[in-house]
Amino acid sequence: MTINQSGWRPEAPLANGAGDQPTFTGNRALMLEEPLLFEIGSTDRTGVDFEEAPKAASRLGGLERGKIDLPGLSEPETVRHYTRLSRQNYAIDLGVFPLGSCTMKHNPRLNERIARLPGFADIHPLQPVSTVQGALALIHLVGEWLCKLTGMPAVAMSPKAGAHGELCGLLAIRAALEARGDARSVILVPESAHGTNPATAAFCGYAVENIPATPEGRVNLEALKARLGPDVAAVMITNPNTCGLFERDMIAICEAVHQAGGLVYCDGANFNAIVGRVRPGDLGIDAMHINLHKTFSTPHGGGGPGAGPVVFSAALAPFAPLPFVEQNDDGFRLVEEETVEDHHAQAFGRMVAFHGQMGMFTRAASYMLSHGADGLRQVAEDAVLNANYVLRALEDVLDAPFAKSGPCMHEALFSDDGLPQGFTTLDIAKGLIDEGFHPMTVYFPLVVHGAMLVEPTETESKAGLDQFIGALRSVAERARAGDQSLKGAPHFSPRRRLDETAAARTPMLAQRRLADEDD
Amino acid sequence: MRYLPLSDDDRRAMLDAIGAASIDDLFADVPAAAQLSGPVEGLPMHMTEMAVERQLGGLAKQNLAAGDAPFFLGAGAYRHHIPSSVDHLIQRGEFLTAYTPYQPEIAQGTLQVLFEFQTQVARLYGCDVANASMYDGSTACWEAIGMARRITRRTKAVLSAGLHPHYVSVAQTMAKFTGDTLDIALPTLERGRPGDDMARLLAAIDDQTSCVVVQNPNILGHIADLSELAEACHAKGALLIAVVTEPVALGAIKAPGEMGADIVVGEGQSIGVGLQFGGPYLGLFATRDKYVRQMPGRLCGQTVDADGKRGFVLTLSTREQHIRREKATSNICTNSGLCALAFSIHMTLLGEKGLRELAAINHAKAVNAAEALAAVPGVELLNDSFFNEFTLRLAKPSRQIVRDLADKGILAGVALSRLYADGDGRENGLIVAVTETTTEEHVATLASALKEALA
Repeated sequence: MTINQSGWRPEAPLANGAGDQPTFTGNRALMLEEPLLFEIGSTDRTGVDFEEAPKAASRLGGLERGKIDLPGLSEPETVRHYTRLSRQNYAIDLGVFPLGSCTMKHNPRLNERIARLPGFADIHPLQPVSTVQGALALIHLVGEWLCKLTGMPAVAMSPKAGAHGELCGLLAIRAALEARGDARSVILVPESAHGTNPATAAFCGYAVENIPATPEGRVNLEALKARLGPDVAAVMITNPNTCGLFERDMIAICEAVHQAGGLVYCDGANFNAIVGRVRPGDLGIDAMHINLHKTFSTPHGGGGPGAGPVVFSAALAPFAPLPFVEQNDDGFRLVEEETVEDHHAQAFGRMVAFHGQMGMFTRAASYMLSHGADGLRQVAEDAVLNANYVLRALEDVLDAPFAKSGPCMHEALFSDDGLPQGFTTLDIAKGLIDEGFHPMTVYFPLVVHGAMLVEPTETESKAGLDQFIGALRSVAERARAGDQSLKGAPHFSPRRRLDETAAARTPMLAQRRLADEDD
Repeated sequence: MRYLPLSDDDRRAMLDAIGAASIDDLFADVPAAAQLSGPVEGLPMHMTEMAVERQLGGLAKQNLAAGDAPFFLGAGAYRHHIPSSVDHLIQRGEFLTAYTPYQPEIAQGTLQVLFEFQTQVARLYGCDVANASMYDGSTACWEAIGMARRITRRTKAVLSAGLHPHYVSVAQTMAKFTGDTLDIALPTLERGRPGDDMARLLAAIDDQTSCVVVQNPNILGHIADLSELAEACHAKGALLIAVVTEPVALGAIKAPGEMGADIVVGEGQSIGVGLQFGGPYLGLFATRDKYVRQMPGRLCGQTVDADGKRGFVLTLSTREQHIRREKATSNICTNSGLCALAFSIHMTLLGEKGLRELAAINHAKAVNAAEALAAVPGVELLNDSFFNEFTLRLAKPSRQIVRDLADKGILAGVALSRLYADGDGRENGLIVAVTETTTEEHVATLASALKEALA
């Protein structure tokens, strides 16, 4: 067949003005609307064929289920429903995803293949250990990499996410303090910390106090020293910090805290900036969680699942939670409640049902081996280089409050200072959406007014960064010129600004059933 | 290196643009004592894709995959067949490589999925409302106990002996730090109703009780009517928390929400997620409308955009840590998004029709398997009622038998000694799960192996 049999060619300009013309479907060519499952599915339709159930007398105890009202779709309808929904998402696979503090780097597909090998994906957590030696070896391997990369002697692999890792770290700290009969009640947290830090400390029963920062955006060492005392259990510090700066005084901070009898928890959210170049253990910390979904490239999956193993100093190692993997002459064994022996008696307990995020360990192992020690060092260097490139390219159009505080690490921080009256960080973010980019992290850290935290990561090319910088510069310049169209941005996304106040005032959290509406 | 796009020329040009002489200048704030001069010692250098596959594939081969053996393990994680379209769809980059939908205008795909997921979970559990998922069943269970404390302002939780021991263990770890008192007991292998302690629970509820936590079907497979327990809780101002570790069961048996439970939590792994050696899994969490502001975890809600079009956003975030910091309902930041997506797709493929068929097959196969195994000399079936999992009492300690059968390539079930301290005859207990993936040949193989082991 021939293409374009009509012989039509776009010689003259086409008629304009169709841009606002509504379509019958509400679709705009490839921008497709998709109804809710509950509007297209029905309870008698299914996308799965089953063999007939064998004959057997019911032993359900007379508790048979009535109507459930779960709609189903055939397989083609299902594939189309979710494919169409997927196209309403921005993703790393589509472009720069510069969410500061989230480390949205490329997710290698080799990781996915490894995680799906039946020997890893199709094994039960309670199988006899003789049948899962390779799985235990894999967990041990990832743990060993984490210990070597951080310069720490022990690791707990079971925490399910970063915040869960923080909890693990603080529970170990509390167990260690209690073991020496030293009840302390306060945890010090910098104002710039992630919200999870104070939330975790409070969850563990501690009072939370802020540590003041210096004008250049780092922990105020003198103020910290003045506050330390017999009531301070620990200090939680993010390093590199959320202003994108390395805490120069970290060694002195750790020494001071230890001298006062406290312990140092390091939030490892920003480990990507230093992996392979700096071992946090050499700075003197006692515990740090590592987000495998940040530094080690496991997918963010639209909001989890993550993984948050925690490395421990020798002081905290005996208190690490169950279960854990040990290597001996016969291979690998699993230490659980009923196999805890005397030398693990101080373990603070169990945090999750099984052994942690195996599916993330396999992906992280694939990433670690791919990069190797040399490649990981290059990761940190390129991440820091990319962030500094963004910072210096934009500091003339956006206020960079800590630009004079030295080079940034893996993220560049800007503020809304200097934007004209009526324009906010939100407008900049929404303007970036129209340019085809996911916005940076906004309004965090809280210590900077209208914060914009840009983390490009090492997996962006120079050309990609130049385009992003050009887009952000253009949006910033439009704001400075008072371009009111920015207040209505985004204009071109599947949805425009959403009414979040209405959503919270009258929460609609589930599709109501027709039966409910009859009531 | 294949994951790093910058060339040396790019790096040089970028350093020039920044005004730095070398990359070391950018790390000048790191104390010299903590700077490594070269790659971290003791670790290998970078590898090709093929080499990585070879090394890790070798480790994978050292494990006995469930699909390669007669397989009967359950106790909180179940092997079900997952339709191939589920895994295909969750690997779409727009789902896989997106993040928490902080910018709803360009995350409607994830948000609509979460709204649909919340609705599916609420309906499955017989509740009004569900959250966007949690880490796993055990952490969801603990979060429910904390929520009951906030609602009732009481700190005594009564945990059923039939609750998964790892869930109990997680609660014990956390309660040490939060000051909750847990009233716990070990299960007994009572013939007819193993692990059932309804009388104990009813007797334990008093004016100080924040909640009763009961699993249904319980760890030993027994199914109970929770209605009386719910009434007893409500009479004393306490909440009933029901735990479901096998969601497929709810295609056959009455949902806890329909029996009066106030909070229903559980593990969602059975639907869409797979075994994965224990994680990542999917915590499900549902409750009544009136408690929604005390619920932990992310929530997606419906709203409209500036043009009046329907859309979805994360909502009620004033409960959450990034706003409330030390006053948040929980320290949780993420959910188990991709697992929730897998669950939702699998549930959409099933629909109510498919879920009921799946549940019916599981139950019928389990009934037939239970009868076949109970016919083996030295094997006693303890359950009167069960769904797809039941408990056997063997004439010998079960743990060694499980190990010996594993050496023969049979994954026979979960010995109670793997989960509990021995005593009260528990060491002879074996939990056996049967799903649609189990064949009659598998059952016959297990029966004859048990016969031999017990002879």
